[in-house]
Amino acid sequence: MAASNDSPTVVLDPTGERTAATRVRTERPATLEGLTVGLLDITKMRGDVFIDRLDELLQGRGIETLRFAKPTFTKPAPIDLRQEIATRCHVVIEALAD
Amino acid sequence: MSKVELPRDGMIAVVKRDCPTCVLVAPVLEQLATDTSVHLILYSQDDPSFPEGVPDVVDDTDLDVSWTLGIETVPTLVRRVDGEESARLEGWSRTEWEAFTGVDGLGPDLPDWRPGCGSLSVDPARADELAVRHQGGSLRSRRVDLAVLEDDHEAMFERGWTDGLPVVPPTPARVLRMLGGTTRDPQEVVAVVPPDLVECTVEKVAVNAVMAGCRPEYLPIVLAAVEAACTDEFNMHGLLCTTWFSGPAVIVNGPAAARVGMNSGLNALGQGNRANATIGRALQLVVRNVGGGRPGEIDRATLGNPGKYTFCFAEDETGSPWESLAVERGFAPDQSTVTLFAAEGVRGVVDQASREPESLARSFAACLRTVAHPKLAIAFDAMLVVSPEHARVFRDAGWSKARLREELDALLLLDGDEIVQGTGGIAEGMPAGFAGIPLPKFRPGGLLITHAGGTAGLFSAIVGGWASGAMGSEIVTHPIGI
Repeated sequence: MAASNDSPTVVLDPTGERTAATRVRTERPATLEGLTVGLLDITKMRGDVFIDRLDELLQGRGIETLRFAKPTFTKPAPIDLRQEIATRCHVVIEALAD
Repeated sequence: MSKVELPRDGMIAVVKRDCPTCVLVAPVLEQLATDTSVHLILYSQDDPSFPEGVPDVVDDTDLDVSWTLGIETVPTLVRRVDGEESARLEGWSRTEWEAFTGVDGLGPDLPDWRPGCGSLSVDPARADELAVRHQGGSLRSRRVDLAVLEDDHEAMFERGWTDGLPVVPPTPARVLRMLGGTTRDPQEVVAVVPPDLVECTVEKVAVNAVMAGCRPEYLPIVLAAVEAACTDEFNMHGLLCTTWFSGPAVIVNGPAAARVGMNSGLNALGQGNRANATIGRALQLVVRNVGGGRPGEIDRATLGNPGKYTFCFAEDETGSPWESLAVERGFAPDQSTVTLFAAEGVRGVVDQASREPESLARSFAACLRTVAHPKLAIAFDAMLVVSPEHARVFRDAGWSKARLREELDALLLLDGDEIVQGTGGIAEGMPAGFAGIPLPKFRPGGLLITHAGGTAGLFSAIVGGWASGAMGSEIVTHPIGI
């Protein structure tokens, strides 16, 4: 039967199954040394306080940071913003909640 | 399959409190359950405290025993000998219960006979879940979890599983239901599907048939279509790769077509009939998903045609003046078949004036000559779909299909001088070496003639083909199994 709103639908793969069903996550780097860290503020209340402090700590360790912010926390990040983060940063830290 | 423990020998009754017949026969059940010579074991589908006088009613509220035994009615009595069922009785009938149990004088105050009630294990609300629990493990396809926050339909578009239209999510329950449409083993390999040359099982076809919107009874037709499409002769790989318009058209003959409610009449080549629409679509989804044949990748069509979503119809055999396409191609009239044709689009033939077969045949020939290009011969096949009002002209004149073919062959013998390259101010045409040689428009066997359509309209249809025969696609007729 179709899924209800709170349970995922399980479907059977209709393909020849020659490719992975899920994408493998990029491995977590062992160190941030030499990497650029993106700091994403989703514009939820006081997220900036958290991000500011992280920025201070990272810069104190000589790690390059770049600041980003979503236009609104109620919607997914615009594709251009995601693209910019993906191309300019090695890792990203996002402040999710207030 | 879940493990269910059943007594090796003895008698079982499956009951539910919510069944008036079970409640009616409760005193009899109590008598038989406490009679040590009978030792009836009771299984309750909804309430193990029923019947009250029986202390050890087995709880079957998960319905595993009922499902395993295939119970359809309660009460049902089952006798087991050496671990196998030897007899079964449904509902209440005093004489039958007495014979079954060997106990006389059962329920003297009860009516002689009462029908039972439906078993909860066949209740539509429970049956799917039971099938998945007991049979889901037999499905071999990879499970893909669509996340709660994903829209199921969007998720399937994003995974590239659709032809551009929405598909039905192929949940295990739906796929199991679809597999009920065939007696074939789900893991039997049906075909090796191009272009990736992937072994395709009955189960994979069922998954794609669910997505296409098929009902289970269509599955044998889809299976036959996949088998026919994946033969070397039909050359599905080449048909995919070509820059030409064509895709597989499926023409269904024999009793299977009417059995699943296919349309061979009004708007037969159009939309609106579920079987026509989804059988053709299921074949295309198998080629896309299992074989990996996607437009822009292996599928290189310059323009394509709308029939590449789905192109499937049944021949109108009962209204035809002629033997069916399948019979003409060597099959018995009661054998259901699919015929696969590498079809481009449908074009109309208007002839509202001809009342003589000679005249109508000339109209057909004039239009057939334009298939692919009026100056090209032999290279392309075609299918002529004769409508009932046009067929009547031939019936009234006593023309057989063979006679019509003979006339068309003669009319379609083209003069090489007129069709070589450059003639008529058109650079396209047959190579210069064919000058002076009569050339048939179609190779032998390259023109299919079928009968379909509504009863009003002096119009027939021509469906052009693709590169014919060994150099392209051979027309393939394949029997439909069960």
